[in-house]
Formats: sequence, structure tokens, C-alpha cells
Amino acid sequence: MILVFAEHQKGQFKKAAFETVFYGHKAAEALGTECVALVLGDAENPEELGKYGAGKIYHINDPGVAQIDSQVYTSVITQAAEKIGAKTIILTHNSTGKALIGRLAARLDAASVSGVNSIPEKSGDAVKVRKPVFSGKAFADYELKSDHQVISLMGNSFQPAEVGSPAEVEVLDVDVPDSRLTIKDVDRVEGEVPLPEAELVVSAGRGMKAPDNWGIIEELADELGATTACSRPVSDVGWRPHHEHVGQTGIAIRPNLYIAVGISGAIQHLAGVNNSKTIVVINKDPEAPFFKAADYGVVGDLFDVVPRLTEAVKNFKGE
Amino acid sequence: MKLLVCVSKTPETTAKIAFTDDNTRFDTSGVQYIMNPYDEWYALVRALELKEKFGGSVTILNVGPASNDTVIRKGLAIGADEAVRIDAEPGSALFTAKQIAAYAKDQDFDAIFFGKETIDYNGSEVSGMVAELLELPFLSFASKLEMEDENKAVITRDIEGGTETAEVEAPFVLSASKGLAEQRIPNMRGIMMAKRKPLNVVEPVAAEDVAVTVNYELPPEKGDVKLVDPENMEELVRLLHEEAKAI
Repeated sequence: MILVFAEHQKGQFKKAAFETVFYGHKAAEALGTECVALVLGDAENPEELGKYGAGKIYHINDPGVAQIDSQVYTSVITQAAEKIGAKTIILTHNSTGKALIGRLAARLDAASVSGVNSIPEKSGDAVKVRKPVFSGKAFADYELKSDHQVISLMGNSFQPAEVGSPAEVEVLDVDVPDSRLTIKDVDRVEGEVPLPEAELVVSAGRGMKAPDNWGIIEELADELGATTACSRPVSDVGWRPHHEHVGQTGIAIRPNLYIAVGISGAIQHLAGVNNSKTIVVINKDPEAPFFKAADYGVVGDLFDVVPRLTEAVKNFKGE
Repeated sequence: MKLLVCVSKTPETTAKIAFTDDNTRFDTSGVQYIMNPYDEWYALVRALELKEKFGGSVTILNVGPASNDTVIRKGLAIGADEAVRIDAEPGSALFTAKQIAAYAKDQDFDAIFFGKETIDYNGSEVSGMVAELLELPFLSFASKLEMEDENKAVITRDIEGGTETAEVEAPFVLSASKGLAEQRIPNMRGIMMAKRKPLNVVEPVAAEDVAVTVNYELPPEKGDVKLVDPENMEELVRLLHEEAKAI
């Protein structure tokens, strides 16, 4: 049995949760088992997860799981897995998944791999999965050889599809330990799609010359419905907030479309974005190394090209 | 405070990634190694700042062979007081975590620091594993850590869609992300002193490798970039829509 931990935010399931459930369903098919989902805390319409392939949804709604504490969640999830008889746990490779995967693996003495992007397959007695390594510069195949497995799915690896109908929700009773963390403050970026989940990203770098010039980037992003990002130098000097920094030491992303404006394409930047499905580079320097990693390139002055592109997108959307 | 900082050795960020033995092993020829940036720039430096504020000691710990000593010495040059190397080839995350937990178990560290991930396998697993094995609270992807006294920390960490600030009592385990501290460059005095600081080699405990890499593959080569006339952004939009199906 495969247990997918389906995370919600303030009660709402997002695409990442549907994708992880859908992936769990595909994994169950490949391994000849069943997939169920686990929901912690107050969530709207957990039965909907059935549409993406969960045969059943287990729900633990205790005030103790309202805040994410890896220690509490590990205890709760392992109790649930034991009750249900699940040997494989699948998480989303996001902030929550990264906080949980190590703990869960240690608790269950399980074989674990984080950030996988392939459907598991049987390989003798072992289970084989693939993940990007060396910041996306290669892939590694892992064999998991133990009774329990914990894996986390790299976001934007699969397009979730509806494969079933709403499923039965069963309330599960477990012991919820007290948290040793006291939450003081939560600061959420409202409205925007968080970078790791964004399908379209417009990113800019030093070629912008000054922070006041970012208006054209934001207009293009607005027109596309994209999230904005930036290179390390501009976040280091404070032109843009740190949470926008993509690259090896910032956030690694893999959107469907990455538009890089005025970014030369240092190897450390490429390491964070080179798994994007389509890369567009706009730079006035035809020798910029980023063009080698790009699908489409525009050699020109970004202050002319970007507004022109925004206009073209506007016309396209208007058609 | 008695602080432990766990550090990894990783290929330098511009290293050429290639594989050998029929794509079953990372090709180390010509590769320069560094201390994993998250471990060095953020975890180690913040631990040193706490020691400077409260007194105590900073120990750095690495699981690896003798060839890792150069990287470990750099940590001593930056300011750690002593180093421990557990003499084993680091295999899976759980193997490494079991080594660290076995060492730290009886040492009464007030806090154990890690980088948020290594830049080679990008796992983010060992820190949480050690926290679980030692039954300690775990603050992952911490970008800020404030301590008024030695027993209580206020830590800001990444959560989905934002950040969260939580208070926790020592001992705890933390993984460091950007913002936790500012990188320090070792000076000549630090480098000289590092040679005289203790680097203790410890035998590993028995642990199994249950998640093993069996094969590597390089991504397919990118085709040549398709250049679009800067005057004709309608063409770019058309390509993105019809050819790339990205919009």
C-alpha cells in the first residue's frame, strides 16, 4: 500500500497535492498495489483527492496538527501508515516534504530518496527511482532495498490528470504528541504563485541596471500570469528580495517556461533553472553563455525587447 | 554553548559532471572539492557567531575518508575549535545520519547545525534523520536564528508559501539556508592555527546502505538556440505557443 501525504494550505489543496496524489496512483499501478491519501488538519473537500487517484482518504483532524512540526507530523504519519498497513510513503518535495523526509525515513528505518521525477519500477526485490542530481546537471537511478520506502516528488514532474471520482474519507484516530515549537509569527506571500510551483517565470539580472527598472519585468510577468525571479547578484545587492533568487544557492525551479532577461547565465545560475522545459534568453551580448542553454534567444536591448514582448503577449491573449 | 556543525565535501560549483565505469560512478578526475556552501557559509558561521556571543566551542563533523581532511581543515581555519572525521565512505543519507547520531548521542550538544542540502545530491535528508534519531526538534531551512540566552532560540524557517518564526528550547537540530549568516573568508592566522587544532578520527558504527545509486545519466544535449529577431516579438510568442506549447 502506498500512502500519499496530501498537503493543503489553509484548507485548500493546490496543484502540488493533486500532482503528488496522481503520482502515487501511477506508482501504485507500476508496483501492483493501491494508493491512499492522508490529510492532516482542517481541509475543504478531501474526498476530491479521489479524482486524482487516491482509492481512499484518511483524515486526521486534531488541533495538534494545525501547525507543521516535523516531529509531530512524523509521529502522526508513521502511526497512520502502520494502521493502514502502508509500506511506502510519498511526499511532495517542498518545504514541508524536505522537513519530513529524513525524519520519516529514520523513524521507519526506510530507504529514502528526495526529489524524484520518475515513476517507481520494480527491479528484482528492490524499487528503482530516478532523481536529478548535481543541481540538475545529471540524473541518478536509485535502488531502494528495504521493507519501507519514503520518497518525495519533485514538483512539475507530471501533469495531474483526473483518473477517478471522489473517494471515501475515513477519520483516523492517532496520538498527537505535544509540539516543542512555539510559533511566534507566520509570514506568507499572499496572492503570488510561489516560485517552486510556478509554471511560468520571468527572471531578470544585472542587465536591468537599477532596481527602479523592474516595472517592465513585472508588466511582462503580469501579462503572462508568471511569477518573477532574479539572479543572485541582484538579490545580493538588495535590488530584489532574497526569496526571488533562483540558482544553485537560491531556489531550484523547473517551470514550463523560464524567460531570462539580462542574465549572463553563470553556471551557478544555470544549475537552478536548467531543468525548465523551455528557456528564453534576452540579452544584448550575443556571447552570453546563457544562449547555449536556451531554446529561444533574442539578442537585443532588453529595454526595447521586453516591452515589445509584453505587447505581443497582450495581443496574443486578446485574440 | 557546545555546538556541532556537520559538513560535507562537494564538487566545486563549476566542476564538470561526468561518469565512469559504465555510468555507475561519478568521475572524480580533475574535480576540485570544496566544503558544501550551505554548511560553510551559513551553518558554520552562525555557530561561530553564537560561540563568540556565549562562549563554548564549535566542533565540525564530517563522515568521509582521509582525503576529506583538506576541506575539514578549512572549517578549522574559519574558526571551528576542533574537528571529528568519522572514517567511512558516506553512502546513503541514512547511513551517514546513523554515524552522526551515534557520535553526537552522548555529547550533550546544545545545537546541531547542517546546511539545508548538499549541492551534489540535493537531498535535504541527513539533518532531519539525525534529529529523529536523537529525538530532537528540527528547524529546516532556517534563514534567521536569534538567541537571547543559551537555552532558547527564535528561528525563522521556510514553510510553503512563506516563512514561519518559532521558538524552541535547546537542544535542537537546524538546517541553514541563505540569510542565516554572512560568508567568512579564512585569514592567514586562521589557516596557521588550523594546523594545530585537533582533528580526531573516529571509527564508524555498523549501518546498512538501503538506498544506493546504481546508475547515472547526463541529460540530453540541448539543441542549438533558435534566435528570434528582436523587432519581431510576435514571432517569439507564436513559437512559444505553437512549437514549445509553453503559453
